[in-house]
Amino acid sequence: MSDNYFEIIRPGINTTFQDKGRDHLYHIGIPFSGAMDNRNYLIANKLVNNNLDSAIIEFAYQGPHLKYTGGKINFAITGDVIFIIKKGNTEIEGKCYESYQIENGNEINIISTSKSVYGYLALGGELDINLQWNSCSINTKANIGSNNGKKLDTGQRVNLKKINLNKDIKKTNYINTKIENIRVIKGTNFDYFSEEGKKIFYEKEFKVSKLSDRMGMRLEGPKIENIVNTNIKSEGLIKGVIQVPADGNPIIMLSDHGTVGGYPKIGVVASVDYDRLVQMAPGSKIKFKETNLSDAETLFKLYEMETQNLLSQI
Amino acid sequence: MIKNISNLGDTALYCDFGNEVNKSINSQVIKYFKTIKEKKVKGINNLTPSYNKLIISYDLKQTNFNEVKKNIENLNVETSLKLNTKRIEIPVCCHESLSLDVKRLVKILNLNRDKILENFLNKEYFCYMTGFIAGMPFLGDLNENMRAQRLETPRVKVPKGSVGLTEQFANIYTFESPGGWNILGNTPVKVFDSSLEDEPTLINPGDTVTFKEISLDQYKNYNE
Repeated sequence: MSDNYFEIIRPGINTTFQDKGRDHLYHIGIPFSGAMDNRNYLIANKLVNNNLDSAIIEFAYQGPHLKYTGGKINFAITGDVIFIIKKGNTEIEGKCYESYQIENGNEINIISTSKSVYGYLALGGELDINLQWNSCSINTKANIGSNNGKKLDTGQRVNLKKINLNKDIKKTNYINTKIENIRVIKGTNFDYFSEEGKKIFYEKEFKVSKLSDRMGMRLEGPKIENIVNTNIKSEGLIKGVIQVPADGNPIIMLSDHGTVGGYPKIGVVASVDYDRLVQMAPGSKIKFKETNLSDAETLFKLYEMETQNLLSQI
Repeated sequence: MIKNISNLGDTALYCDFGNEVNKSINSQVIKYFKTIKEKKVKGINNLTPSYNKLIISYDLKQTNFNEVKKNIENLNVETSLKLNTKRIEIPVCCHESLSLDVKRLVKILNLNRDKILENFLNKEYFCYMTGFIAGMPFLGDLNENMRAQRLETPRVKVPKGSVGLTEQFANIYTFESPGGWNILGNTPVKVFDSSLEDEPTLINPGDTVTFKEISLDQYKNYNE
């Protein structure tokens, strides 16, 4: 038993432990998983002075309500998140991208993400959770990772192995930019689609469907017509792949995706836009914009430099 | 041999070994997969072998498409190498309570139940790949007269252990999962065990699998 722990009063909709994810396991059917929005994951850890690859609490839409027992501890929340900190009879509205110090009996109530999907709660120290294949990341579909691969539930405790308290409050002025245009690279079955279908893909607007989760994002909109074959022999997938099944509605593979699939691939989301893609909530409008491999590589390099720059300023 | 290498997005190589599905092409894929896995090429963080393709994923922070492609093209893969593979017997119970789609198969295949089981059981199947969900093996090939299409409407929940058929392939649902394969029986064997981190999958690409029928009693008592 740990002396320092958070008790979950309300778990939220899809609250899990995540880190950088696990690799080298596609061949047995296990995807990377890990924090969906990598940049916000890293910033949260940095704000509480954790190692950047530390385990963190990820939530979607409504977050958890937690009550703390133990010695003083820092926490920080990133994303576009509305939350309340309760200290005795005082309630204050928290700000993202700022670290806080709380003590025994205090509560963190994460009300919701605002016009986005994922938020991150970093606790200053080390969570007492088990790893599977070197990662705590919970994959609820395969029940892999810490917490027996299940999302966090009411009444359970999040124990801390270690606390690293910082006296100074850290903050950064980061703003999550929203984008409507998601850059994509042509998929390996791009030519399976009619000229009209290709045009629709690049020129029309799609809407993010409610049937979206950590595995995939389904889109609704004009149908994309396939003129070759609506099935291919199953082959490997990666995150960001946009498959179009027979019904003509695209599905984008996200971090917990099935590792092989048999639907034609019309495109793949450029890595530079992945963090922002996953934050697009159901109902958001989305448009695809064509890019090529070499531009996508350059854009990612710039994005990565920007991330490093942001982290170095904290 | 790899016929063509292209990019899948900006974080993977798409290695195409051909369009046919057969043991000889698949064995080439598996040999490349095993060689690359052992060589630990810089930046490569995942490999996905399938029937006739190999996807090589890499970390774009460490490397890029051209660099990985060059490394793969210069790789010496001993394609005449004999694969070190296993023969595995999988007990399967085809009692009507577990054989969820047998009636549908009787209708589609125009064979009676006994004939379907006779055609399916005690034959050797080759494992082409594992995936979709953790540890699920894709086995083939089924007899020509045993090939049925997927269910028109996939099940929301296929029970764990279900043995399913689609086209020339059989598989085993390692978890309860949505799915559209025709379910012929269920195995009590743990085909995927995440507590065994070094070897969580019982069946791996290149292995040979034979299904042996067990009774409902044997099925129920199997794990006791």
